[in-house]
Amino acid sequence: MRIRSIATMGSVAVITFVLIQSPARAQSALPLAATTIPSTQLIQPEELKTMLNSTHAVQPLILQVGSRVMFDQAHIPTSEYAGPGSREDGLYLLRDRVKMLAKSRFIVLYCGCCPWSRCPNVGGAYKTLSDLGFTNVRVLYIADNFGSDWVSKGYPVAH
Amino acid sequence: MRIKRFNGTSILALRWGFTFLLLTLLPQAGAQTIGTQSLVGRRAPEFVRRDLTGHNIDLARLHGKVVLLNFWATWCAPCQVEMPMFARWQEQFGPQQLAVIGISMDDDSEPVRRMIHAQRIDYPVAMGDATLGQRYGGVLGLPLTFLIDRNGIVRAKFQGETDPGKIEASLRSLLATH
Repeated sequence: MRIRSIATMGSVAVITFVLIQSPARAQSALPLAATTIPSTQLIQPEELKTMLNSTHAVQPLILQVGSRVMFDQAHIPTSEYAGPGSREDGLYLLRDRVKMLAKSRFIVLYCGCCPWSRCPNVGGAYKTLSDLGFTNVRVLYIADNFGSDWVSKGYPVAH
Repeated sequence: MRIKRFNGTSILALRWGFTFLLLTLLPQAGAQTIGTQSLVGRRAPEFVRRDLTGHNIDLARLHGKVVLLNFWATWCAPCQVEMPMFARWQEQFGPQQLAVIGISMDDDSEPVRRMIHAQRIDYPVAMGDATLGQRYGGVLGLPLTFLIDRNGIVRAKFQGETDPGKIEASLRSLLATH
């Protein structure tokens, strides 16, 4: 009897702990720094621009995982909005967009809201696709911001 | 005094020259996209926005004041460093006719309200959008701050993490000019 009550109290304590910890854990998981993305998975703006201009290269699905307001101002042609990667609702949008795709699909993610080391969006978005099993995901390395590193260089832009 | 007359050939050459210039220059003007034209030295695009407390921000009505116009977002870490500093400047330089205006480029206003409350930001903050961003040359990286003089002319632009001393020096210089 005594053992059963100790076991019950223990279970209640464990459940309570998990319930208390869960929201905190969910919040602390985001945003995930861009620097967590392996350097082998990065693609430089020049390389992507060349790829977009090529008629032979396999064209990636390009997803902007940053701010909607910024996407509406200017984005890479053919890219779609699927963010922000710093928030659960943004990651839900991303999961929804890729749910029917083959895991081998070539996908390029980008944001460009802030300097690379400060970007809150691409890290979480990359991890989400990686966790879903996507094997051909690359992230556009934008050193400063989309304006300086893409638009000002005269690379193709859609509005 | 000899007056040089244009004959038919000269006029034709001039016409062709003019047409060539038009054909060369016009497509370039049309191709100018956001981010390629600097606003510095030009009149600040006017706008009227309702701030988060329900008051109107009308840039045209701020002529005579120096305006610090800051585009920011809650997810922009460097922005959060600048904002308390701008609030202090508003208090310090307010008597010299400084008006600080914040434009949030967040997608929705709720996190913005929470942040300005948490950071105790007391200058006017309104929500931005793609249209306003495009009018300011494209807000495609944050933070982005413009200093506008008392006549409504953009005098400085600071993009990204900027040495606060540089912004303050420009600001003081504009405030000293009447």
